[in-house]
Amino acid sequence: MSEEHNKDMNRRDFLKIVGISAATSTSLFYGCNGKNGNTTDAAAQTAVPADKMTFRTSKRGDRVSLLGYGCMRWPTMPAADASGNVIDQDKVNRLVDYAIAHGVNYFDTSPVYVQGFSEKSTGLALKRHPREKLFIATKLSNFQNSTRSNSMAMYEQSFKDLQVDYIDYYLLHSVGNGGMETFRARYIDNGMLDFLLEERAKGRIRNLGFSFHGTVDVFDQVLALDDYVHWDFVQIQMNYVDWRHASGRNVNAEYLYGELVKRGIPAVIMEPLLGGRLSNVPEHIMLRLKQQRPQDSVASWAFRFAGSYPNVLTVLSGMTYMEHLQDNIRTYSPLQPLTDEEKIFLEETAQLMIKYPTIPCNECQYCMPCPYGIDIPSILVHYNKCVNEGSIPRSRQDENYRKARRAYLVGYDRSVPKLRQANHCIGCGQCSPHCPQSIDIPKELHRIDHFVEQLKQGTLP
Amino acid sequence: MLRKIRRTLAVLSIALLTLLFLDFTGTLHVWFGWLADIQFVPAVLALNAAVIVGLLVLTLLFGRVYCSVICPLGIFQDIISYVSGLRRRKRHRFSYSPAINWLRYIFLALFIVALAAGFASFASLIDPYAAYGRMASHLLAPVYRWGNNLLAGMAEKLDSYAFYNTEIWLKSLPVLIVAIATLVVLCVLAWRNGRTYCNTVCPVGTVLGFISRYSLFRPVIDTEKCTHCHLCSRTCKASCIDSEHTQIDYSRCVACMDCLDTCRQKAITYRSRFRMGKAHATETTSAAQPDKERRRFLSTTVLLATSAVLKAQEKKVDGGLAVIEDKKIPARATRLTPPGSLDTQHFAQHCIACQLCVSACPNQVLRPSSDLRTFMQPEMSYERGYCRPECTECSKVCPAGAILPITPAEKSAIQIGHAVWIANNCVVLTDGVACGNCARHCPTGAISMLPYVAEDASSPKIPVVNTERCIGCGACENLCPARPFSAIYVEGHEVHRTI
Repeated sequence: MSEEHNKDMNRRDFLKIVGISAATSTSLFYGCNGKNGNTTDAAAQTAVPADKMTFRTSKRGDRVSLLGYGCMRWPTMPAADASGNVIDQDKVNRLVDYAIAHGVNYFDTSPVYVQGFSEKSTGLALKRHPREKLFIATKLSNFQNSTRSNSMAMYEQSFKDLQVDYIDYYLLHSVGNGGMETFRARYIDNGMLDFLLEERAKGRIRNLGFSFHGTVDVFDQVLALDDYVHWDFVQIQMNYVDWRHASGRNVNAEYLYGELVKRGIPAVIMEPLLGGRLSNVPEHIMLRLKQQRPQDSVASWAFRFAGSYPNVLTVLSGMTYMEHLQDNIRTYSPLQPLTDEEKIFLEETAQLMIKYPTIPCNECQYCMPCPYGIDIPSILVHYNKCVNEGSIPRSRQDENYRKARRAYLVGYDRSVPKLRQANHCIGCGQCSPHCPQSIDIPKELHRIDHFVEQLKQGTLP
Repeated sequence: MLRKIRRTLAVLSIALLTLLFLDFTGTLHVWFGWLADIQFVPAVLALNAAVIVGLLVLTLLFGRVYCSVICPLGIFQDIISYVSGLRRRKRHRFSYSPAINWLRYIFLALFIVALAAGFASFASLIDPYAAYGRMASHLLAPVYRWGNNLLAGMAEKLDSYAFYNTEIWLKSLPVLIVAIATLVVLCVLAWRNGRTYCNTVCPVGTVLGFISRYSLFRPVIDTEKCTHCHLCSRTCKASCIDSEHTQIDYSRCVACMDCLDTCRQKAITYRSRFRMGKAHATETTSAAQPDKERRRFLSTTVLLATSAVLKAQEKKVDGGLAVIEDKKIPARATRLTPPGSLDTQHFAQHCIACQLCVSACPNQVLRPSSDLRTFMQPEMSYERGYCRPECTECSKVCPAGAILPITPAEKSAIQIGHAVWIANNCVVLTDGVACGNCARHCPTGAISMLPYVAEDASSPKIPVVNTERCIGCGACENLCPARPFSAIYVEGHEVHRTI
């Protein structure tokens, strides 16, 4: 037995951005469609108004579009050398051009998004538009290494990658995970918060805020710093499920939003759609929503919910596909606020939704890459998909056991390569601290693996 | 009429038998597995008396119909020969030639000696069923699976679960080369001279030839009707009709019935020997196929790995997938044979290397050996998958009795090897992370996690193997995160035990 052991599972720097050559050539003109006087139903439904976007005004007078572009899910394509995925810059440009032409003016990115290439890609796309009409948000994502030198380098790199000399909205990224200790280590002890306050005074940062995932004590304490920091905005996770039924250790959005209203701090909303889970809902939930408004998409309910609260500055959505962008623009052009009855209806819907034992994964990829090669989000997404489709047999006596079993196992192999499936999770736990939804990832993976083994061996009760 | 029946049966037989080698879902075997069981050499190796007696009686009654409708290699040659005959003026390209008996006996003797002396690979080389199995399994099965994967891709697009993807990989280059060589040689022989292989090389053909001389029914030439036109001789792919002397060499006649339809005088009929005529006799030899103990030849594959031990990279950004290095096969002191094979000797003696189990294995565990002594016989390795608890496919399909039928319950108690922990590779020690994936997946609970330092309960937990409970299924080896060499691997046992 050879005892040599080459544990070379390092991630290569495989993600690049392709299509850059076309960066300056595709300036498209949109608009002039979607005017009144439609002739057919189809036209009425597919029209995307260019000039009806709802805007909100910030503390400092920024006129921000209610729909903000989350730059965490830019379209990618397989790299030419098959070493992974690369950002498809041509598609990014097209999406950005379209969004801007239809009123979107807020773009939210981070140095760690899309394997660290989001800022560069976003910068390339935005460089082709007038800077003064845009609001660019990025973050201090110093999770891994919170030394001052690393944090400073990260801050400066954002300016270079985004090709800007000021940042409109700057956030302390993902405050809350790891408690106050982590917060102090990341922003206080290294002097970064004071440094950022100086930068705001100098005008290199226009608005300073933080994004929040985690426990309520951290939120309260960091928010209390307002007297000293004067937070210009706070980014919170808010949707009709999290409003009163936040998963795990997360805080109900009703509380978070209420606290911000008390202090008069505008809220920027993330996860309005729970990573798509409020769009791809179980069949009977979909029917329930469609019954109310047959012409509207399922997702539009979630966006209307988030937008209906007046202290919300903008609602971020990571739109990979043009159809999603168009649908969201339609929802907010202009916003039709929820009626009180509709709010009650959505609360009832949320109560139905939480009965489905899905795992609250929003595919944010913060847990990735797993050093042992597991494709965590794909495993959880496949599981959730089967939960929603009712393909999770509880017993071999189930009516649709054979069909559900085949659907689960064949679909599993299709969604996740064998070597990246849950049975390879060793439970090292390196992923869990990164999960904004505080999912106990190894526990869930082992649970899914156990379930798969039961299906394969036919040992369900 | 007889010819039509023969052809229909032959096409059915080869098609179904070939499908056995192609089917990876384990469904066809339930229905048509008997087609492999009635093959002559596997039946001899399996000591399947019913089949052997049945085949001998069949031959004694009707001549070598086995060679025409049961043997896949024979039918395969007929197809090649038929295609060759479609060429212009090539249909009647054969001519009578006397039997080269000395060569036939040499091949038969070599075959028996090889089986007895432990050169199963040589014996397997000329065994018709195994030769066909290798071609089907290594040349045709990949094509079939590509086709399946194509359909699976379409099914995926249509959101259907009717087809699923299968893995295609080169299981053994030497065996692939052997399969290609067999194919080329057989094609050339059959293209030019029809059944040369069957009547000169094939040990089964020779053995059945002894008996078919005395078969009850056989084609007979009516000397009164015969005009000595030689058409029958020129049509006989076995080159066994001496129309000059109106005699047929029944030791080589495969009862294909082609001559019956060819003769314009209707001078040839298939009929009982007691009605008329007599074939010339030749000497006989014993057809015994003794199983003798085989010696063990030393042949170990030495695998060397580079020694760059690197930590899993620090996580800096979001998304992406870590590159997964392929696992390498550890050098096992004793090879692993499937549960049901009793022991390595029993397996080596009975396996004819037909590759049916290799084709049937759904877990990418079985592959032909490249070891000289067990060349082409299957062996197990766990770098692509492991011997899953619910699977007994190989034991279901084996026609030669090399892998005896077992149930999943029996399998869970058959110890084919035991796991060995390699501390230097274990990520608990190299990466300093908690793991225990081997213990978590052990189907018999043979692995426990204990603190590395006995006095310190909080020290990293390492796996220990209870070799009494370990069955050697390889779940631990396959799912071990250490790469390219696992930190736990299975060492084979010469004799399988029941725990």
